Amino acid sequence: MEAVVEVRGLVNRFGSQLVHDGLDMRVAEDEVFGIVGGSGSGKSVLLRTILGLQRPVAGTVRIRGRDITHLSEAQLRPIKAGYGVAFQAGALYSGLTVLENVQLPMIEHLRLPAEALEGLALLKIRLVGLPEDAAGKYPAQLSGGMVKRAAVARALALDPQLLFLDEPTSGLDPVSAAAFDDLVLYLQQHLKLTIVMITHDLDSIFRTCNRVGVIVDRRMQTDTLEGIVQHPNPWIQAYFHGERARARLGAPHGA
Amino acid sequence: MIVESPRATRPRVAATVPRAEAIEVRRTAEGLELELTGEWSVHEVAAIEAALAAVELASAPRIRIATQAITRLDLSGAWALSAFVRRARRAGSEVAFRGTPPDLLGLVDETLAGEAAAAPVPGPPSGEPRDRALVAIGRYAVSWGHDLMRGCAFLGRACVTFLASLGRPGRLRPISVVRHVYDTGITAMPIVALIAFLISVILAYLSAQQLRGLGADIYVVDLVTIGVLRELGVLLTAIIVAGRSGSAYAAELGSMRLNEEVDALTASGADPIELLIVPRLLGLAIALPLLTILADLIGLSGGALLCRYLLDMPLSQYVNRVNESISATTFWVGIIKAPVFALIIAFAGCYRGMQVRGSARVLGHLVTVAVVQAIFMVILADALFAVLFMKLKI
Repeated sequence: MEAVVEVRGLVNRFGSQLVHDGLDMRVAEDEVFGIVGGSGSGKSVLLRTILGLQRPVAGTVRIRGRDITHLSEAQLRPIKAGYGVAFQAGALYSGLTVLENVQLPMIEHLRLPAEALEGLALLKIRLVGLPEDAAGKYPAQLSGGMVKRAAVARALALDPQLLFLDEPTSGLDPVSAAAFDDLVLYLQQHLKLTIVMITHDLDSIFRTCNRVGVIVDRRMQTDTLEGIVQHPNPWIQAYFHGERARARLGAPHGA
Repeated sequence: MIVESPRATRPRVAATVPRAEAIEVRRTAEGLELELTGEWSVHEVAAIEAALAAVELASAPRIRIATQAITRLDLSGAWALSAFVRRARRAGSEVAFRGTPPDLLGLVDETLAGEAAAAPVPGPPSGEPRDRALVAIGRYAVSWGHDLMRGCAFLGRACVTFLASLGRPGRLRPISVVRHVYDTGITAMPIVALIAFLISVILAYLSAQQLRGLGADIYVVDLVTIGVLRELGVLLTAIIVAGRSGSAYAAELGSMRLNEEVDALTASGADPIELLIVPRLLGLAIALPLLTILADLIGLSGGALLCRYLLDMPLSQYVNRVNESISATTFWVGIIKAPVFALIIAFAGCYRGMQVRGSARVLGHLVTVAVVQAIFMVILADALFAVLFMKLKI
């Protein structure tokens, strides 16, 4: 089966600092793929490279089979319309209401009558669990959890089959984070989305991800959730078997 | 079995030509049979909406919809279909699906269930148009008054902080002050010099043209000298600096506010007024008089150059005439205004910058306000100075 996102031999370097050195990653259809890594391990750089915001030194990034590393802005445009991105801090346009934020990608890519624009945008806003009166609010008037949901609504504006989430649960309280995980699962099941998610949240990983890719030593170790926790790499061991992860794995405390 | 749309295996083209047919309509004895075909995706919604709107609902008591021939259905397509089904039911038709309706349709209906009837947009204010205008004027006046009061309070706090830190010079943040003198003064020298030169040339040219007819060429020197030293040197410098540094102050402080940097300072027990505002006020109060001296020098040189080549006046005669035309106070009358203008500009920039809250649009608006108000108040102050000096007979 063709991969939705396929990264091969990726090399990224800033000056003398090598961030990625031959990184491989493969995301299959209908997966929720979690990207994990220590702070500064290059998760965000990887995401930026996949999104075409940054050109790699070497390697290929294929989205649905098409290598995007050498495409021009104009050639990237239709590919960008095929996926949605929710950035870490929401990155909502602060001068626009939530409704206008969701409408903006549609206005950019489609030619729609005003009622359809409003109807579709309200549908997306309600789909992510925001109340209808949030539509008229500005991002500064929303809580952190609502901003994250609004960012997902905007990412879904063009009905993409592929969704990128950058630390979607960071900065949320556990209850809101769990509710957000439910939203991710709900959207994945009903819209048959492929989701690529950068996260630090162990709860999120165990609840939502099918497969996990861990960036260690500038490469990615990929496995299923059950497989990755058995991985011998010391950092991965520390990550999944640290004090904070134990309760989730059901291991007795102190074992 | 649900109609599962085959995944697009190639990147979709953003703007496809709207196809003519998304629906095949057949009229039967009982009503309508709709066969939905092709892509029902977000990129086709405009065409789909048009096709659905063209379906004649009248005299169609029964509508049967077949969705099996759809090659690709996404949420937007399902939304269009769901809206059509609701419209048909409202029109009194009985709508049924041949086979199982697609999953996404259920999702749309579930999502939109309990949709509020009222639009989230607030209605226009009520009342007579005349009353509304009065209310608007009143609101504006009150907010203007509040703004003025808050401005005075801010100015008061800045002054108190400044006076309090006079006792301990270390708290005046000399390094920060020097940085602002550099940013607002040194880096502004080329543009200030260029503008002063051009203005003196314009002034000399204009007056030479008028005075030559009267044989009063020599008074060109008086006009340039007094014009530059008393008014134009300081005023134009202040306006340039208002555009350069007033906006920079407002934008810098405004984005610090948006970033919660100012809150972080306050939370750490530091006083943002002492740390951010006073050094900026002081820096500009030092830089602007120095820039004015530069503008005066360049302006007089420009006048000399033009008199030499336009009026064939030797340099020695120009210098003598300059000495005769100015009194002891001419230079000081100009330069005394510089620190006042500097405080006006720095204050407008800092105050508006600290008012920024919420969004990038507010930042842009307040930077504009800062510059416009700074220039306006500088010119107003200049007019007041002119009246004052006249009364004092300087």
